[in-house]
Amino acid sequence: MKLPAIVHKFSSPKNFYTMSGKMIPWFMWSFLITLFAGLYYGLFVAPPDYQQGESYRIMYIHVPAAWMSMFIYMVMAISASVGLIWRIKTADLMASVSAPIGAAFTFLALVTGSLWGKPMWGTYWVWDARLTSELILLFLYLGFIALQAAIEDPRNAARAGAVLLIVGVVNIPIIHYSVEWWSTLHQGATVGKFDKPSMHISMLIPLLVMATSFKLYYAASVLMRARGEILRREQNTRWVKEVVENESK
Amino acid sequence: MSPSEFFHMGGYAVYVWSSYGLALVLLGWVLISPVFTKKSIIKELKMKYRQQERQRQEDSR
Amino acid sequence: MSAPEQISSTMGAFIALIKRDLMLSYRHRNELLNPLLFFVIVVTLFPLGVSPEKQLLQTMAPGVIWVAALLAAMLSLDTLFKSDYEDGTLEQMMLSPHSNAVLVLAKIISHWLVTGVPIILMAPLLGLFMFLPWDGIAALMLTLLLGTPVLSLVGAIGMALTLGLNRGGMLLSLLVLPLYIPVLIFSASAVDASMAGLDINGQLYFLGALLVLSITLAPLAAATSLKISVE
Repeated sequence: MKLPAIVHKFSSPKNFYTMSGKMIPWFMWSFLITLFAGLYYGLFVAPPDYQQGESYRIMYIHVPAAWMSMFIYMVMAISASVGLIWRIKTADLMASVSAPIGAAFTFLALVTGSLWGKPMWGTYWVWDARLTSELILLFLYLGFIALQAAIEDPRNAARAGAVLLIVGVVNIPIIHYSVEWWSTLHQGATVGKFDKPSMHISMLIPLLVMATSFKLYYAASVLMRARGEILRREQNTRWVKEVVENESK
Repeated sequence: MSPSEFFHMGGYAVYVWSSYGLALVLLGWVLISPVFTKKSIIKELKMKYRQQERQRQEDSR
Repeated sequence: MSAPEQISSTMGAFIALIKRDLMLSYRHRNELLNPLLFFVIVVTLFPLGVSPEKQLLQTMAPGVIWVAALLAAMLSLDTLFKSDYEDGTLEQMMLSPHSNAVLVLAKIISHWLVTGVPIILMAPLLGLFMFLPWDGIAALMLTLLLGTPVLSLVGAIGMALTLGLNRGGMLLSLLVLPLYIPVLIFSASAVDASMAGLDINGQLYFLGALLVLSITLAPLAAATSLKISVE
């Protein structure tokens, strides 16, 4: 299957650099607006939980961060496959610069999960299915980052990384279900404390706003990283030379 | 709700605020660090291009 | 060449490659002992580190033996592609007209025959060390029979990715061990369940499914990664 020429032209590093420069401020501002709205609704407007009191407000960080950790892995896998199949440099780039952001969200989800677990379960760590899966996801991210760091040539690094990401995507559901099965086998008591059959709308809205905000944060952050990396990778082209010369001190 | 009551978080202040604080520091750093990286790349490239220019002038002389 | 001819010649290459690899490992048979010794020593450390108490060791046995098997299988991957990569045979193999995935599968099978099978045969002894009852030992061998090929297949992908790299060994474990987790979970729990006199068909079916899945997909992924590493 061939992609139309316009896609290649549009995704050329130079075009990407100019376009992303224009897009970043938009993402940044909408991120900040949704962030403040989410924090305001989450911290001030939403009522305390009838069981967990105020501690449930950790959810507004924890749950969106956990969603992002999986979302970013999927984005990485998809863009790495696009880069592998159609040899689009910017797609390779998006996968490799997304990894630190994804790892940061995964780490955040783990730590906030354990900070939430302390008042709820009485211990910082429980081998609960979701926390365990999240920990394994962090290992997968770190493995990808380590592989990228070990291979010097960016083209080879991208291709090897793409294989690893695709293998990871096939494995994630298997790992997830096996961990879930394992955890129901070993303990039934703690499972379900995070589960809510239905969340009140006043608690749900801030959660969705925060989730949107985190997505916008990712968009802004990944484009900023990609721009720096593009300059490095394309340093021998004429347009990068011009960009660098025009950059004020 | 008074400010002190708000910061108290019904007794869960430590957990709630350390979660939000960590999120702020970590995500803030992940967002800001590429700015510095990009600056250092540009500085590096400027130096490299200048060196190449000098090399070329010497060669043509 | 017509299509059936192509298939039969690939089949011939497949069998020839297995024979060649088995022959080569027979010549270097001393090296094959290393992962096996590692397997035995790691398991021996546990009674020394924890306690020689029968009850405790019995509870830990499925997990300990399986974790040791996992590590031994991972360490043994080192011999899978390395010598062929260093003397250029691998590059020739990649250039041959046969499907690379099939050739990679042949290499994995012969590798499993010389590293996986000895681990399975050694398991009863370790089961005795850890006071596993006979039911447990039978279940252990069954799960190893289904699980170790998965370890070789998945490990081949990681080995192919890290082939040309300095200090690839540490990286390999970082890439491969998280992917081994499902095998560990189902195998250890099967051994556990068999000691409690429970049915272990569920776990065995799952391990079988993992084996089928990895035998179809892993050679493709490993062949692609090998191409990247060889270039």
